[in-house]
Amino acid sequence: MERCRMVFSGSGGQGVITAAIILAEAAVLYENLTAVQSQSYGPEARGGSTRTDVIIADSTIYFPKVTQPNVLVCLTQEAYGKFYPIIRPGGMLITDPRFVRLEKKVDARQFELPMYQTVMEKIGKPIVFNICMLGAVVGITQLVKPESILKVLETRIPKNFLEMNRQALDLGLALANA
Amino acid sequence: MSDIDTGSQEAGDRGKTLESGMPSSEIKFIQGNEVCVEAALYAGLDFFAGYPITPSTEIAEHLSARLPQAGKTFIQMEDEIASICAIIGASLTGHKVMTATSGPGFSLMQEALGYAVMTEIPSVIVNVQRGGPSTGLPTHASQGDVNQARWGTHGDHAIITLTASNHQDVFSITVDAFNLAETYRTPVILLFDEVVGHMREKVIIPAPGQLPLVERLRTSVREGIDYHPYLPREDGRLPMSDFGGVHRYNVTGLVHDMWGFPSGNPQVVQGLLRHLVDKINNNAREIARYKTYFTEDADCMLVSYGSSARSALHVVMNRRQRGEKLGLLELQTLWPFPAHVVRDVCARAEYVVVVEMNMGQVLEQVKLAVDKAQKVFLANRIDGVFINPTDIRNILRLIQGKGV
Repeated sequence: MERCRMVFSGSGGQGVITAAIILAEAAVLYENLTAVQSQSYGPEARGGSTRTDVIIADSTIYFPKVTQPNVLVCLTQEAYGKFYPIIRPGGMLITDPRFVRLEKKVDARQFELPMYQTVMEKIGKPIVFNICMLGAVVGITQLVKPESILKVLETRIPKNFLEMNRQALDLGLALANA
Repeated sequence: MSDIDTGSQEAGDRGKTLESGMPSSEIKFIQGNEVCVEAALYAGLDFFAGYPITPSTEIAEHLSARLPQAGKTFIQMEDEIASICAIIGASLTGHKVMTATSGPGFSLMQEALGYAVMTEIPSVIVNVQRGGPSTGLPTHASQGDVNQARWGTHGDHAIITLTASNHQDVFSITVDAFNLAETYRTPVILLFDEVVGHMREKVIIPAPGQLPLVERLRTSVREGIDYHPYLPREDGRLPMSDFGGVHRYNVTGLVHDMWGFPSGNPQVVQGLLRHLVDKINNNAREIARYKTYFTEDADCMLVSYGSSARSALHVVMNRRQRGEKLGLLELQTLWPFPAHVVRDVCARAEYVVVVEMNMGQVLEQVKLAVDKAQKVFLANRIDGVFINPTDIRNILRLIQGKGV
């Protein structure tokens, strides 16, 4: 496989870091891949703009940060403004039109997916917005199988919330394939 | 990869044992700080006292759950001075102990660290480095505490300081730290950094028994017979007796004789200081842990450690694909400084580039170790940003006379 470098960005509390950890853990534990995940720390990670880097590969990863992401997810206008210039030419940009208005043309495939709206209409709970985003990323990149994500969710999420998360993941996958 | 050699004895066997199907090794995807926790528990940690501080907090956080679950002790102390004093006391009573902190807390610990050196009490002190001096840069990367680990406490002494750049090595080096602490009756400093502490990657938790553990060497002197706490055996090791147990003895930070009582006798003073330094520095070869990557034919040798070594290795792997003869010496033992290793590995290199996130703390040691100090250069960052492969490549271009 080709090494995939991703940056998920948004505001603290949207769950982008959790989504990144779930994706990387799925790759390592259930797909026999290597992955490294890191994140911005400090006050900015708690309410301000937040960023997490994930690299997934089938070989050893030395430098653990992402300088030019193949896949960039921006869930706020601020994060979009800050990070769209670093996207790797030919990469993918995933945004939600509820939060991000695209301003510039970038040399990337742009996916404007109404993830938040879909989650609110079908589930009604914003807490699973990040899992819907994760479903979209998995659907678009085909990096790991959705079942691997589900296996991680089963170990991390209380039983009562599992169905809601599964639904959110499916919504994201469906948006990616639409 | 036949060009990659490792200085630690266990590393070579790890793969084999796993393939033969040891049932209970376990794959995890966790932060470096959590790996340190898993390894400490594996090594037999049963007493932790600490005061949480970024970027080491996850160590205290996870141990506060794990130790009580196993019926062992976790105490959150009022500060770092109390933390290190608590673990010293607990170790003396027979426990395997650890505390974890970062620069500001490590500064507070220096006095008691000297006490542990003087009283020869096995203990593991983790410093997940952040930017300094003072409260500095809490959430940013730095490796500025290398010399503090060596000379932070006063007086002539020796110390063991270890580090690692990836999670599997964080595991084995943490276990090693406990083993060396027991073997040499000394505090051992684990000098990690923010990048390794906070990032998540895969680690294989070895099955019990897979890594050797050194347990406390206890005296065979029976109850009712005088026990000399500072009387070495023939091999130089000092058997311990759990404090508060069957033997009464004195422990002091003052220079002391073999009974542990204060002494100003010049012969005793000379003997004790020599013993404290020699027991570690004379074993520098035993204590040296390091890894070499493509060092055999390298014209340009990078020397690095901790997270910086990941960026250095990235550059080496990249340039090797283009046929450039770069090599990496990754140090895992920082103190006693493995000068013999640096000297040997760098002997035929035209130039040596030390990659670190400070103003040249290991650079100075490398300059002392090689024949020609003029061939040693520094690739560093001191702005709180993790040094990246481009930073290193830029320095290499300058050295090669290619300019920016």
